[in-house]
Amino acid sequence: MSQPAPLPFVASLLDAPLPASGIAWLDALRRAHLDAFAAAGLPDTRMEAWKYTALRALGQRRYANGDAQAAARAVDPAAFDLPGVDGPRLAFVNGVFRADLSALDDLPAGLVLQPLAQALRQDAEPLRFVLSRHEPEQGDAFVRLNAARAEDGVALKVAAGAKIAAPVHLVFLGAPAESDLAWHLRHVIELGEGAELALVEHHVGAEQQHLGTAVGDITLRDGAVLRQVLLQQAATGSSLIRRSRLQLGARAQATLHVLELGGALARHELRAELAGDGARLDTRGVFMPRGRQHIDTQLAIRHQALNTASESVWRGVADQRARGVFRGAILVAPGADGSDASLSNKNLLLSGQAEIDTKPELEIYADEVKAAHGATVGQLDERSLFYLRSRGIPHDEARALLTAAFCRAVLDDLPNAALREHLAGLLANQLPD
Amino acid sequence: MLNIENLHARVEGKEILKGLTLRVKPGEVHAIMGPNGAGKSTLGNVLSGRDGYEVTAGSVTFDGIDLLALEPEARAAAGVFLAFQYPVEIPGVNNTYFLRAALNAQRKARGEKELDSMQFLKLVREKLKVMQISDELLHRAVNEGFSGGEKKRNEIFQMALLEPKLAILDETDSGLDIDALKQVAQGVNALRSPQRSFLVITHYQRLLDYIEPDFVHVLAGGRIVESGDKALALKLEEHGYAWVKDHGEPAGASA
Repeated sequence: MSQPAPLPFVASLLDAPLPASGIAWLDALRRAHLDAFAAAGLPDTRMEAWKYTALRALGQRRYANGDAQAAARAVDPAAFDLPGVDGPRLAFVNGVFRADLSALDDLPAGLVLQPLAQALRQDAEPLRFVLSRHEPEQGDAFVRLNAARAEDGVALKVAAGAKIAAPVHLVFLGAPAESDLAWHLRHVIELGEGAELALVEHHVGAEQQHLGTAVGDITLRDGAVLRQVLLQQAATGSSLIRRSRLQLGARAQATLHVLELGGALARHELRAELAGDGARLDTRGVFMPRGRQHIDTQLAIRHQALNTASESVWRGVADQRARGVFRGAILVAPGADGSDASLSNKNLLLSGQAEIDTKPELEIYADEVKAAHGATVGQLDERSLFYLRSRGIPHDEARALLTAAFCRAVLDDLPNAALREHLAGLLANQLPD
Repeated sequence: MLNIENLHARVEGKEILKGLTLRVKPGEVHAIMGPNGAGKSTLGNVLSGRDGYEVTAGSVTFDGIDLLALEPEARAAAGVFLAFQYPVEIPGVNNTYFLRAALNAQRKARGEKELDSMQFLKLVREKLKVMQISDELLHRAVNEGFSGGEKKRNEIFQMALLEPKLAILDETDSGLDIDALKQVAQGVNALRSPQRSFLVITHYQRLLDYIEPDFVHVLAGGRIVESGDKALALKLEEHGYAWVKDHGEPAGASA
């Protein structure tokens, strides 16, 4: 019996030596993950987690491993300029750290911000636990690939009690290259007890068709507060697959504002654990694919401690032949009494050929739990559209106005006003004329 | 100004307007009255360009241009305004933002300079006085949570701001108590001018006590079956629409 030939995608990503770190446990880990990736290949739509996101087309593509020229790629810093975001910055181009585009001088007291590769070189041992603790599940091809091939990423630590005022800007830029590239980044972020941080994760890119994967661990110790904005504006030809794991200690609070606008294929798996009593997570997000984009958000929130709360407000807008996927799974574990969980996902189809698949899930194994979830898919209200047009507002402007209004709830409580206005403008301009 | 000739229009395959002819000159106020189902609202919707109304014959010219060939926004910029019978609530769109977007879109379409926010607010304050409308309504979303009277007053306020040449009031009196009706009528009267024409569509004579028309037309069976001055409205009030049927059908049948 001969083995079936591996997919071009899998073959191309096996076709380069693994990075050698000189750290025995890390090299062994990488080898094990690569072998598992090679053996399992890509998940298909028979797998529940990938039911609405087919990887057939991706499976036929080939990528070069990494970008040896990344340091020399010309990049216009205006591409990642964001109003209201002028603090420390860590920038990567095609997955490679670029000191020249970063702003790491004079970091505020209590903040450690550096490339992960540098942190590993300095002292790998404190990172060992977080880098080896997650055992990928069936279908986690990209997590395995990332674990095998990611050499760098963000290492960020806020000391206990430190309150970092200026938002930290994490920039992931895609730049055109001689061939389609695959890059992988691994992030480790930790907020100590009572620490506070504002973080902007920003994916942006010019015309290219690279594949990026990112896996991040964000740990909030007791009483820590994280306000994160995730702005995904990757190049419309590129693919971007991310998993973020967020762990919240007692009374820790995280607020995420998410705009998913870019990518040919973009998937974000956000897994949050409310692990300490009184922890709270608020997520607000919009995904707005157009053209032939496919944007997939997988939200999984586990309430594992007493009196934890989560509120998730998501909007999806799909235009032309685009596809949006949203899965919002909330689990209230045994013993997580007094939990309060709500999730709402409303969606708008702007074209007859657009599609949005939404699936809210709720599993409750505790007592005295408040939980609510709901999802809708609808069209733009013709009466509203005519009302605006009858007052002289042109069709496309009226459509953009109504769509922005539909998404408005997502940005309303973002405290950074300059950034909020900028993001609202991006939403208004995302629609094709 | 407005010439409607032999207008036939269908909604969902059903013919509603069946040869309507009407001429409106600048400064004139025409009341269109008629029983339910006569085609009153269809007329307003066809003139303002709502989807789903198919014109099968006839023509409408406005200041010499073919109104039916224009998109709704272009009709608005040309000076046609429809005050809705049921103004739409639009959550998430701020009323002031909406009004400025509408005014500037019209100005842009006409090749006029757009107003900046200072100029716009100055204009709004002037018009608010005329309409006796609370500026609190401006800070809310368009019509969201407005009472019936507030919605209708907001329509007239928009009209005051956009300064159309032709205003079509589609059953603006429906759902209003007498005080709200008077307020709305006052607003309309304040906007009457030798250049501005009105089509006042209504089921009841009551509104015409406050907005005095130059002409009254009776619309029945998709056509104007009777025209006259305001005395006609009083006659209708007295005899009801059944009188029109007896009175009007033979003339229509022989035409």
